[in-house]
Amino acid sequence: MGPQHPSTHGVLRVVLKLDGERVIGSECVIGYLHRGVEKIAENRTYQQFAPYVDRMDYVAAVSNGLGYCEAIEKLMLVEAPPRARVIRTILTELQRIASHLLWLGTHALDIGALTPLFYCFREREEILKILEKYCGARLTTHAFRIGGLQYEAYDTFEKDVERFCNDFESRIVEYETLLTNNRIWIGRTKGIGILTAADAIAFGVTGPVLRASGVKWDIRKAAPYAAYDQYKFEIPVGTTGDTYDRYLVRMEEMRQSRLICLQAIENIPAGPILAKVGKVLKPPPGEVYHAIEGPKGELGYYVVSDGSVQPYRVRIRPPSFINLQAFDRMVRGHLVADVVAIIGTIDIVLGEVDR
Amino acid sequence: MADEPKQPQPPQVPTGEKPASTPSPVSTPPAKPADAGAPAAPAKPVAPAKPAAPPAPPKPPVVLQTPLDNEMVARYRAKFGAAIVEVMEDRKQAIITVERGRLAEIALYTRDEEKFDMLSDLTAVDWPKREKRFDVVLNLYSFAKNERLRLKAHAGDGEQVPSTVGVWLAADWLEREVFDMFGIVFSGHPHLKRILLPDEWQGYPLRKDYDILQQDTAWVRENLGIESGQ
Repeated sequence: MGPQHPSTHGVLRVVLKLDGERVIGSECVIGYLHRGVEKIAENRTYQQFAPYVDRMDYVAAVSNGLGYCEAIEKLMLVEAPPRARVIRTILTELQRIASHLLWLGTHALDIGALTPLFYCFREREEILKILEKYCGARLTTHAFRIGGLQYEAYDTFEKDVERFCNDFESRIVEYETLLTNNRIWIGRTKGIGILTAADAIAFGVTGPVLRASGVKWDIRKAAPYAAYDQYKFEIPVGTTGDTYDRYLVRMEEMRQSRLICLQAIENIPAGPILAKVGKVLKPPPGEVYHAIEGPKGELGYYVVSDGSVQPYRVRIRPPSFINLQAFDRMVRGHLVADVVAIIGTIDIVLGEVDR
Repeated sequence: MADEPKQPQPPQVPTGEKPASTPSPVSTPPAKPADAGAPAAPAKPVAPAKPAAPPAPPKPPVVLQTPLDNEMVARYRAKFGAAIVEVMEDRKQAIITVERGRLAEIALYTRDEEKFDMLSDLTAVDWPKREKRFDVVLNLYSFAKNERLRLKAHAGDGEQVPSTVGVWLAADWLEREVFDMFGIVFSGHPHLKRILLPDEWQGYPLRKDYDILQQDTAWVRENLGIESGQ
């Protein structure tokens, strides 16, 4: 199957071993989008590399940038000012909603529900407009800088976010009307691709997939970064770890992200947006691992500095790559038609799998 | 950082060294493990040399790497003795360097007794000037303790590292990626082969001696039908 199959969200080739219509084994063939991002990092300065991370998970560029900037800040022992942290939080949560919307639309499309895609893209467009107004780019945003932000929030930023959040509440209800109690949707997702909590942990699976298996773990709570410690939100968890649970978890996550945004715009502290980091970044020698809760799971950066202007090594821990590894476990025993549902439910972006 | 051209200034992106005030001892990547200064502190395997060299002249050297000794470390030392090569903290993150040959055994203990049940990441770092050029690095997470731990093992060129697939299933693809990019062989891995690059690819791109422009020209010619132009 693949690599040009429309349901693979990029170029993923899956070799399936079948017994009639039933899958008895699988192997993912990946690497079609490998661009050597980690090698490029070693040949750029710390700032020069920042835009490259946007090209990994290109539907959640803001999250990638946040993880990278915070990792380097940790390496340099600087902290972004409070104002920058709050604005970062708002943009990252909007990005999470956008990423989940893209997932929802395409996932439903794969299974045969055409309508949700149009609804999801309608709302995603609003978020991309906010991002565009903020930094001029919609997809590969490069929204943050090491040490804080380059751009001040534009004049109607809070209003735009608030309007989106107010509208969005009823929009989620619309999606749920289409899917949650839909018999076909339930038939195609319930009991499909079950991943137990023990398996999920053994495979290193993180993010909504882990939570749908019943593990209440979110890095925003476990090791708060940006400004997450200031806001109240719930971590939704599933019970059975099937495709339907993962759907429910992501729907609830969008609601929680909306609540975080609403709390954050109420009080954006005044002050500078960029810490004093200087123009030439030379982090002291050493290494750091910093992880954030990306829309797809734990997005980690392991950065080694030798004290020069270029990173000695940047290792990116890609959630999509590691979550995809559990695919084989999830797909065994199911029908070929379910393979599409299971690829969709892991929510991978091949740009991040292959880097 | 700022992209807008404000005044005619020297380029903001540091292409070379500013000779003015900074003595800049860092123009070449110092990859030696032997720490020239700091004889008081125990050996620092990963910290590149010259730990005493401050980035800016007026500041006193900030000590970021300190030896770590707590209850957990004591348990490790009691159980594995000399196989625990070094324990330190870098920016408040715990790092245990272990003997390469006993990595799998120590990993199993780490998972079962110390409850680091998730392998977040497994990767490697190349220090070509060092006698044992590779660091194999495992980033672990414990749900029970909400803590992270880093295990490290040094490996020379051609030396095999025990696979940890039997401990964490997540290590499967991660070890394949390290093999793909660094050429480190994990003994006991069920099907060690390249994962991101084509199977016939020559060379290991994340080694420091693999130039950024270098390609497997033979592969490119054969499979893409073009000259890679380098």
